Amino acid sequence: MNITSVKYILDEDGNNCQVITTIDGQQLFVPMDENNRHWIAIQDWVAGGNTIEEAG
Amino acid sequence: MGNARSLADNLPLTGATGNRNIIINGAMNVSQRHGGSVVSVAPSDHYVVDRFKIQDYSDATFNSQHDYDGPAGFTYCSKLTVTGTDTSLGTTQYQRFLQPIEGYNMRHLKWGTADAQTVTLSFYVKSSLTGTFSVFVFNNSATRSFISTYTISAANTWERKTVTITGDTTGTWEKSANVGAYIGWSLGTGTNFQTSTLDAWDGSFKMAGTSQVNFAGTNGATWQVTGVQLELGTKATEFENEDYQATLAKCQRYFFSWNSTGLTDNLYIRSPYASGTPPNTSASVAYTFPVTMRAAPTMATSYNFSRFTASVHNAVAQIGSTSQGNAYATTSWTADAEF
Repeated sequence: MNITSVKYILDEDGNNCQVITTIDGQQLFVPMDENNRHWIAIQDWVAGGNTIEEAG
Repeated sequence: MGNARSLADNLPLTGATGNRNIIINGAMNVSQRHGGSVVSVAPSDHYVVDRFKIQDYSDATFNSQHDYDGPAGFTYCSKLTVTGTDTSLGTTQYQRFLQPIEGYNMRHLKWGTADAQTVTLSFYVKSSLTGTFSVFVFNNSATRSFISTYTISAANTWERKTVTITGDTTGTWEKSANVGAYIGWSLGTGTNFQTSTLDAWDGSFKMAGTSQVNFAGTNGATWQVTGVQLELGTKATEFENEDYQATLAKCQRYFFSWNSTGLTDNLYIRSPYASGTPPNTSASVAYTFPVTMRAAPTMATSYNFSRFTASVHNAVAQIGSTSQGNAYATTSWTADAEF
């Protein structure tokens, strides 16, 4: 997967509830679920030195 | 007597007589993502039809298609066509076509225990190339693998192949919502993942025998497959056809696609009120999935929602800030809980 951007989204209480990302050119809403393949790929992307942008 | 003998010969040796295919969408009938379109395989991880994907980690390129060209008894197949060659695969390069099997769906095989059950894989295959090809099974952590080969004898001719896979009595095999096993077909495998140990379990990650044809080495080459069945026992019984709705529901556990047929069935949000006490400038709509999904899915839509969250049960689309009387709609969206 080619991940080009990842940004947190806040819930009504101001907590990170998911991320919005662009993967292979497609915008996706990804849950922070360890069984979700896109979230797993994002974790690998972070482990590779990248950072998820804060919401705002 | 002849009919009775014929009936007996075609019954499974072990387990149920119905709902015995562990593979989902083995007849390739469901294609929610691409319909029958010819699609360029990019990026590397690409679902051709529901539950079956090609993974291309080489310099080759392919087209994929949910094609009408099935053998007798089948309408559809998955078809791959080489559009750009890789005639010399690197040691770790490969292309493969596979289905990840959820642990829940194979826990009855009891792999990883002394009671591990033997299964039999059968499938129909057709290729413009002849020669030796490989099928593989490996576990979630890729620490256990089983390789067998099959021969395509005649070009451009449907052939049915059968492989019996002895149950693995060791190793770790997931039994829940993670991948229990990957089962698939090598289309070309670098030497690091080749083995001369065939039809036996190996304590490392392998995907092909040493004589595997490099499908990607021939521009325009085609490879097609359908009628995939994995069942308990040592016998390949006739393919178990199931009605479309049953297959679709199984597929929707992993991927769900919504396409509106008109304004009345759009996923439709209308702001309740704009401001006041308490202030509320957001609006949302929920949708309950037709089946429980494997995991919280990734949501995709053409509409720019503020949030599009989902659990295994439902999705909630939300507009973060709106004024009174506004309405928003999305006409298509997907929920993806595939592996």
